[in-house]
Amino acid sequence: MTSTTPSTLYEKVLNAHIVEDLGEDLLLYIDRHLIHEVTTPQAFAGLAEKGRSVRRPDLTFGTMDHSISTRSLALDACGPQNALQLNTLAANCAQHNIQLYPVGHKNQGIVHVIGPQLGLIHPGMTVVCGDSHTATHGAFGALAFGIGTSQVEHVLASQTLKQSRGKSMLINVNGKLGLGVTAKDIILAIIGKIGHAGATGHVIEYAGQAIRDLSMEQRMTVCNMSIEAGAKAGLIAPDDKTIEYIRGREFAPSEAHWDDAVRYWKSLYTDQDAQFDSVVELDAADIEPQVTWGTNPGQVVGIKQHVPQPNSYSDAVVKESANKALKYMGLEAGQAISDISISHVFIGSCTNSRIEDLRAAAKIAALGKVAKGVTAIVVPGSVQVKEQAETEQLDVIFKQSGFEWRLPGCSMCLGMNDDILQPGDRCASTSNRNFEGRQGRGGRTHLVSPEMAAAAAITGKFTDVRTMGEH
Amino acid sequence: MTGINIVTGTVAPLDQANIDTDQIIPKQFLTGITRTGYGVNLFHDWRYQNGDKDQVDPDFSLNQPEYKGASILLTRENFGCGSSREHAPWALADFGFNCIIANSFADIFYGNSINNQLLVLTLPNVELDQLFAKVANNPKVVITVTLTAQSVKCEELEFLFDIASHHKTNLLKGLDAIGQTLEHDAQITQFEETRRSWL
Repeated sequence: MTSTTPSTLYEKVLNAHIVEDLGEDLLLYIDRHLIHEVTTPQAFAGLAEKGRSVRRPDLTFGTMDHSISTRSLALDACGPQNALQLNTLAANCAQHNIQLYPVGHKNQGIVHVIGPQLGLIHPGMTVVCGDSHTATHGAFGALAFGIGTSQVEHVLASQTLKQSRGKSMLINVNGKLGLGVTAKDIILAIIGKIGHAGATGHVIEYAGQAIRDLSMEQRMTVCNMSIEAGAKAGLIAPDDKTIEYIRGREFAPSEAHWDDAVRYWKSLYTDQDAQFDSVVELDAADIEPQVTWGTNPGQVVGIKQHVPQPNSYSDAVVKESANKALKYMGLEAGQAISDISISHVFIGSCTNSRIEDLRAAAKIAALGKVAKGVTAIVVPGSVQVKEQAETEQLDVIFKQSGFEWRLPGCSMCLGMNDDILQPGDRCASTSNRNFEGRQGRGGRTHLVSPEMAAAAAITGKFTDVRTMGEH
Repeated sequence: MTGINIVTGTVAPLDQANIDTDQIIPKQFLTGITRTGYGVNLFHDWRYQNGDKDQVDPDFSLNQPEYKGASILLTRENFGCGSSREHAPWALADFGFNCIIANSFADIFYGNSINNQLLVLTLPNVELDQLFAKVANNPKVVITVTLTAQSVKCEELEFLFDIASHHKTNLLKGLDAIGQTLEHDAQITQFEETRRSWL
């Protein structure tokens, strides 16, 4: 009898989806395909050109999120080009019998918020979407990754994708987080440690006590930014929290199948002695609230730190990137992070727009008023998040504090609508990318947690949330 | 699609690491519903000042007359990081690039490029340094990339590059990837019959 080789969680999920081993590539079956307006029109057009159909419309779910207004439900509120793209998605979904949650539907929202919220994502699934933040769904122990439009077309036509085996990276976040330190700070600290391309070619598994201690929504925040470390995907082994999160949701396994599903999910963990290509260790107690200072998410420090001196880096590329970033960001080396004033605050995005994020931000918002000269907006991740927040009267807290309360969508994370920064604006943002011009040409983005964003809104500059209120 | 093997042409240098897809093609140009027409907005915020197409930034290499007509882009680490937008390789190809030589690429961008017959290859920085020097010395210097030989030639220099054989085949033959997969229809159907009952 041969003994089974110990496997990582990633290998278990991957191996369970191999339709065919093609040598260098694997033909993988895809369990869930999430689609939105921006990266699909060309894929549907490609199908039409070749006379191909959608193989599994029942495994495909669409929503409108990227290019919609957060002030109006009208599809043309952000211009005719956005409307054309949105209407094209609606027409394509109607033609191919794909369930679409359009603007105005109770299930509409940011694709990576509604997937989990509807119970569409289960442990052990393969999940793809034409969006790099698809890694979010790895929080359930699913293998979830972003794809390009040609691959969207490939999945629509065949429900499969060709993929090479990735390398594996284990990131252990040991011990307990301090008060006021969040999942967002964990992932920013990880990216700061391993670098913006530190996990290129890898699938990350996040483990350790600090990860186990996180709620499902917080785990989604961590997995969401796996791409910002260069990783293809990031996942977390399912546990009781995962199972309880899924129970009772619209697309959870039916009662008849529930026990079988749970039994299978409980087999999804990395075996002892399984080998990773690399292992990274962090101590949660060392992580402070994080603030990015540069133009990639790896350019990040703790709130009590200073903007780094580019000359302190020995690597010429890192030094040059830092110099360029400081110029773009209008910052001085050595400046205290807590001395940086902001003009805008954005609370939202697939990273941080879930109900727990809004509760945490509202708690800080309740401590004061948005500072003079600061524009602060809150964009819930979905209609359901918005309604829940309103039931809890979080909207009232935000509005009384001076925040704008908007309709769900991707909004200022990427500014495909009219929620954009003007040149020179400086934004404390709960989103995932601080690239040049990401939130508007010439705009300066600092990535932070929802609590830190709310704190910055009230004080007008980056402020250690641990020094505020009950913290 | 037709295959691609040899790319010969002049070079546009972009000596910078971590060029993300928001720089390659900013978000305001992602509202199209076709695969064409993105070249005019390639590197929009770097090519044009104040967001105005009439204010061309003379310092940006792609705007300099000596690099006009370049078919090869020479750059550094982690090119194409960020979003999964396939508009990035569409814009590069539409602008006129057939080949990108870098130190490394982000995963999704790399796959998207292969799917669009854009020849993406990596060389170590010590070799890139020599190519950048050649271009600095003579902006009209010609590079020839030969995929079958996996070689990059520039005057007396010749460097070899690695590429996974399935990527190489896809580029060389320009095959319809979806058509190839659909030939496995029987296996896909068979797999579907074994999927777990609750899925």
